[in-house]
Amino acid sequence: MAEAPRANLDAERLLAHYRMMHRIRAFEEAAEAAQKAGEVRGAIHLSIGQEAIAAGVCANLRRSDLIASNHRGHGHTLAKGASPSAMMAELFGRATGTCHGKGGSMHIADFDIGMLGANGVVGAGILIAVGAAQGIKLRREDRIVACFFGDGAINRGPFLEGLNWAKIYELPVLFVCEDNGFAAMTRTAALSAGGGPDARAESLGIPATLVDGNDVAAVDEAARELVERVRRGGGPQFLLARTYRLKGHTATDAAGYRSAEEVAAKQRDEPIGRCGEALLVAGRSEAELAAAAAAARREIADAVVAARAAPWPDRAVAWTDVQDVGSPQEARR
Amino acid sequence: MSMMSYLEAGKLALAQEMRRDPLVWTLGEDLGRGGVFGQYKGLVEEFGPERVLDTPISEAAIVGTAVGAALVGTRPVVEMRFADFALCAIDELVNQAAKARYMFGGQARVPLVVRQPSGMWRSSAAQHSQSLEAWYAHIPGLVVVAPATPVDNFGLLKAAIRCGDPVIYMEHKDLWGLTGEVDERAEPLPLGVARRVREGGDVTIVTWSGMLRQVEAAVELLAGAPSVEVIDLRTLYPWDRDGVFASVRRTRRLLVVHEAVQTGGFGAEIAASVAEELFEVLRAPVRRLGAPRIPVPYAPPLEEVCKIGAAAIAEAVRAIVG
Repeated sequence: MAEAPRANLDAERLLAHYRMMHRIRAFEEAAEAAQKAGEVRGAIHLSIGQEAIAAGVCANLRRSDLIASNHRGHGHTLAKGASPSAMMAELFGRATGTCHGKGGSMHIADFDIGMLGANGVVGAGILIAVGAAQGIKLRREDRIVACFFGDGAINRGPFLEGLNWAKIYELPVLFVCEDNGFAAMTRTAALSAGGGPDARAESLGIPATLVDGNDVAAVDEAARELVERVRRGGGPQFLLARTYRLKGHTATDAAGYRSAEEVAAKQRDEPIGRCGEALLVAGRSEAELAAAAAAARREIADAVVAARAAPWPDRAVAWTDVQDVGSPQEARR
Repeated sequence: MSMMSYLEAGKLALAQEMRRDPLVWTLGEDLGRGGVFGQYKGLVEEFGPERVLDTPISEAAIVGTAVGAALVGTRPVVEMRFADFALCAIDELVNQAAKARYMFGGQARVPLVVRQPSGMWRSSAAQHSQSLEAWYAHIPGLVVVAPATPVDNFGLLKAAIRCGDPVIYMEHKDLWGLTGEVDERAEPLPLGVARRVREGGDVTIVTWSGMLRQVEAAVELLAGAPSVEVIDLRTLYPWDRDGVFASVRRTRRLLVVHEAVQTGGFGAEIAASVAEELFEVLRAPVRRLGAPRIPVPYAPPLEEVCKIGAAAIAEAVRAIVG
């Protein structure tokens, strides 16, 4: 396994990452508050503390490239370019949501920007990403697929089946394992034999790169190199990004299985603060950073206001897009 | 028109659709060698190994990658080898293929055909003999097709490949060698339309897949008394309610015959629907004939316990008509 090279990003690019991470953070904090208020229902899974991976990887993708995500997918979707207001409306279950209120947080998708869907089943997105890459290859299209999943997914069959598949057909996939240390509510290390996600990838002949997932510049540089390799026809690549999930498994999980001291220590390592420090070192002002953060919070606050005001989907929508052949209304008579 | 087997009819349908649409491709285990039953023989020579893809024994990946490839606009035809093995890909079929279009608010479709060779054949025992069509008929988003003849395997497979929905396509292994006349230039058959195999006035038998032959043998045994109308359902979801109801309105009696376990089988859906809609016209209680709720055993005398034969069907018909 290779260590990612030391990052040396220009300040403009770093500032763009800073803005994106703030946007993701603000979105998820607003979603969490809206769930506490009963406005967002169902389960939502927050990626607070993990934003650098979404921002750093997606910054290297083109609009025509594709991503597949998992249940913790708000950050990936925003970083790929989805509209925060359409996403927030989806969380509120409104007609103006990305999926017209039919999906919710775990099924956000935006095919216009190449986002093939979050997924409620751990590891399931891996096979969809690999299959999309196979479709791209069959169609001789010049684009690639990035696939985000967590360390908990490495114990599911689709991880082995999908990585093996991607390698034997040399498909254009970048696997991004966000290793936040937890498989739902249990430490992944206690449940995973062997040398970890990267060792498993390398055992299948897929080169793995390890990166500090809380250092957005490092993620960006590592992803740039791997995306280039995939794009050049170098076959599947694997990025293992170490991070920490500052919130529980779901927004309602108090995460009592870890100490407050542990979380406080990790809080000092979170990616937005680190990026801000790097920007100050690079000569950017405190005021500029504060303005970026405030702009993100304003944008998301507007998205919440718009979502709250948006109409519920018409009940008739429940019957649409089930399938072409056959009426879904049989049991209604 | 040519004489061909059920197996050859399926192969011809796939080859024609692959010639017609370069986005149609097929994947599964041993397809480059013609598939386990020979139903893909010659296709790799014509279409190349990229469109006739030899896959690892990874059923979840076969279906899961096909879902991803369908989401980007290709039209995969998946081979499961045995319907029983599709159970290794149930998440991919039920949670992914069947739901993607709906839960993403109609942003994408999953035009996917999943061929599942089904049913009892050559003493294949408990893990290679099942008929699980009712499971799939229960899942919103899926279409379920089960052809009983060569001409239907040709026309329905073509229709399944052109369909925008994920289609579970169940070919009966015991029918591979069944021959019949097929018009190679025929258009695809409509999905969801049953075929009236023969007209009759006293009782309607609804059946599908491998059981059609047993029903036809039972009709021979009865020799016209009573007079039996036979309907081959062909598609289980959507099923041809109108066709079945029209027949039962005429005959006023119904027997459903299927190879699958009777408990929770698709016959229950048909029986309940007829009871709900046509109770007043029925002259006799609706009857079902399906397998007992035991795994399919290996030894021929034991396997016989699971099979519905012509004599049992004829007896049920006589009992219904009284």
